[in-house]
Amino acid sequence: MSPTIAITGAQLVDESGTREADVLIADGRIVDVGSGLAGDINVAANGQVVAPGFVDLHAHLREPGDEEAETIETGARGAALGGYTAVVAMPNTSPAIDSAAVVAQVIELAAAANLCDVHPSAAITIGRAGEQLAPMAELVRLGVRIFTDDGAGVQNERIMRSALEYAGSLSHLADGAPIVLAQHCEIESLSRGGLMHEGAWSSRLGMPGQPAEAEELMIMRDIALARLTGGRVHFQHVSTAGGVAMVRAAKEAGLPVSAEATTHHFTLDHSVCASFDSVFKVHPPLRTAVDIVAIKDGLADGTIDAIATDHAPHTSHAKDATFADAPPGMLGLETAFALANTELDLPLEEIVALMSWRPARIAGIDTRHGRPIAAGEPANLVVLDPEATWTVRGSAMASRSANTPYEGRELRGAVRHTIYNGELVVQEGTATR
Amino acid sequence: MIGGERHLLSMADLDRDDIEQLMSLTASFAEVGERSIPKVPALRGKTIAWLFYEDSTRTRLSFETAAKRLSADTMNFSVSSSSVNKGESLRDTVETITAMGVDGIVVRHRAAGAPSRVAEWVDASVINAGDGWHQHPTQSLLDLYTAREHLGDLDGKHVAIVGDIKHSRVARSNALAFATMGAQVTLVAPKTLLPTHFEGWPVNVTHNLDEVIDDLDICYLLRMQLERQADAVVPSLREFHTEFGLDVRRADRLGDALIMHPGPMNRGVEIAGEVADRPNAVITEQVANGVSVRMAVLFLLLGSGLDLVDGRRAAA
Repeated sequence: MSPTIAITGAQLVDESGTREADVLIADGRIVDVGSGLAGDINVAANGQVVAPGFVDLHAHLREPGDEEAETIETGARGAALGGYTAVVAMPNTSPAIDSAAVVAQVIELAAAANLCDVHPSAAITIGRAGEQLAPMAELVRLGVRIFTDDGAGVQNERIMRSALEYAGSLSHLADGAPIVLAQHCEIESLSRGGLMHEGAWSSRLGMPGQPAEAEELMIMRDIALARLTGGRVHFQHVSTAGGVAMVRAAKEAGLPVSAEATTHHFTLDHSVCASFDSVFKVHPPLRTAVDIVAIKDGLADGTIDAIATDHAPHTSHAKDATFADAPPGMLGLETAFALANTELDLPLEEIVALMSWRPARIAGIDTRHGRPIAAGEPANLVVLDPEATWTVRGSAMASRSANTPYEGRELRGAVRHTIYNGELVVQEGTATR
Repeated sequence: MIGGERHLLSMADLDRDDIEQLMSLTASFAEVGERSIPKVPALRGKTIAWLFYEDSTRTRLSFETAAKRLSADTMNFSVSSSSVNKGESLRDTVETITAMGVDGIVVRHRAAGAPSRVAEWVDASVINAGDGWHQHPTQSLLDLYTAREHLGDLDGKHVAIVGDIKHSRVARSNALAFATMGAQVTLVAPKTLLPTHFEGWPVNVTHNLDEVIDDLDICYLLRMQLERQADAVVPSLREFHTEFGLDVRRADRLGDALIMHPGPMNRGVEIAGEVADRPNAVITEQVANGVSVRMAVLFLLLGSGLDLVDGRRAAA
């Protein structure tokens, strides 16, 4: 039996609102919420916030295949340090997560790490090649709820239609939970060769660009396919003002779509690429100030359901290359809350909603994550200090890589403790295992 | 030092005074080039490495000649026969070269920004010899020098840069270079051969060469890559020549205006074969001036600034 934990003096934030109370945790569950509580371990959290643990819909943990950049263990540790109790692992590993064997391997490695829940998403198509459907029913039986070819979108409309229809037939294998197709929206015939956003900076820097329309056209197409099939489409890392507007219209029309935005797409614009520093290379690319405003508006009005990280570790030797030759992607797990807290003009309750119960529902894991803070609920919690400031250092992160675009930046808002399955996996900002 | 920088990466880093300084030093070195023994000891003991990741004949030979005339030692990192083909990263390659002890690295790369990346990693001075579609500052300097030899001060002069602007480092460099010297710059191309955005560019843009041809002091033609027609960028090279090429009829309308081209030319595509040989076509002069300009750049970046050139102290 693990020791009981009492968190005292904090503001509790969950879907029901905010109030001050102590929380007592035993055997993986919240056993009491009230005043004057004490446990084997007492965590004084006066002036701090207890919230349901965060859920990241979009993390690249690189294992199997690129363990030099990240492993499930190091990624899960970074997630815990970022306040996450669950992350959805992207399937663009090597080999891709497109078979029962690889799904089982990821689940096994995550259980061994025991730092947060790692839910493998699986590829929509075999090898993410966009041609033949992955064995979806078999993978849903193993617990997969999200399918995505992330890193690329499914280019062929007929395949995407078929995937939506087939996935829409599998809920009975998932206790009624919807099976979600998460789409990286990018029409490759328009974006091919593009290294950054196509705009004033790509023109000036002489770098091939990806027009916003490459994303917008696929969002438009998949909204149409969602209407045609009734299938659940989730739009990953929406980066364009046009994309936000289309998702808003689709939701107003009652279509079953959801969307996420990454922290980097509402904090950095394409002008940073002028340094040619490949740490700023990411897909979809960093866009314009106008797009940033649209994403913030989308987060504020509920058009965008979740803040995601698109955590994408790369070794320094892979990034020590020209902008053209370096792989796209940046770290996100350990900076996400602080960036949202620093940069978004939203109440803390809204930020927690965007990082906890809303993504938990999309991932179909809302029986364990994003729960109310109440007796009987699973103890997957985070303790936040919204006023603490700290300076980002890639080398200080748990990730095996250091490719953060925020190096040296001072942020406001820190994760103090993370409680996963009733145990302190992060205590005073330090991983305990 | 040029403009307070120890590297030459982009024309955006140079102001008018920096360019004037380079032009006057270029004139001194042009005089050196006319001597029976065209060589000065200004960079004796300095080592310059050529790091050319992209084929280049004229730029490479021009830099090499400039370095030899300044008595520098050079080493050549030839990409086709090197560790690059064994998967070595750019950073490892650069650190290997600098470990041998070099004062300057001249970089040509197909990727925009490669010289900027190299400059972050080394103590040596880095000179951009052309990076992707981004910049080619020594080409711009030699073009300015050539133009000024014929036209004097470029203030108010009208320069058209014609052709494949989008994929051209020369166009991006020269638009800045000529505008910095006070010239009026017009870019001429169909939209498929133009960058998508011009905010902050000191240029006018037109799709109609005939609209500006009578008004020009310089008609600067860019090399048209022959593979562009396969990319649906132009219907055919013939149509490109008809609409945007400097044919005999348009060349006649130019009068005495200079015809310039960075080379290598596609005669019959961007420029009619016969036009390239007219007396107001200064294309081979551009090549000759390239050596003197590169001597000036190497000297300012790598010399102490106090070395004797032609018996007098050089401005540095």
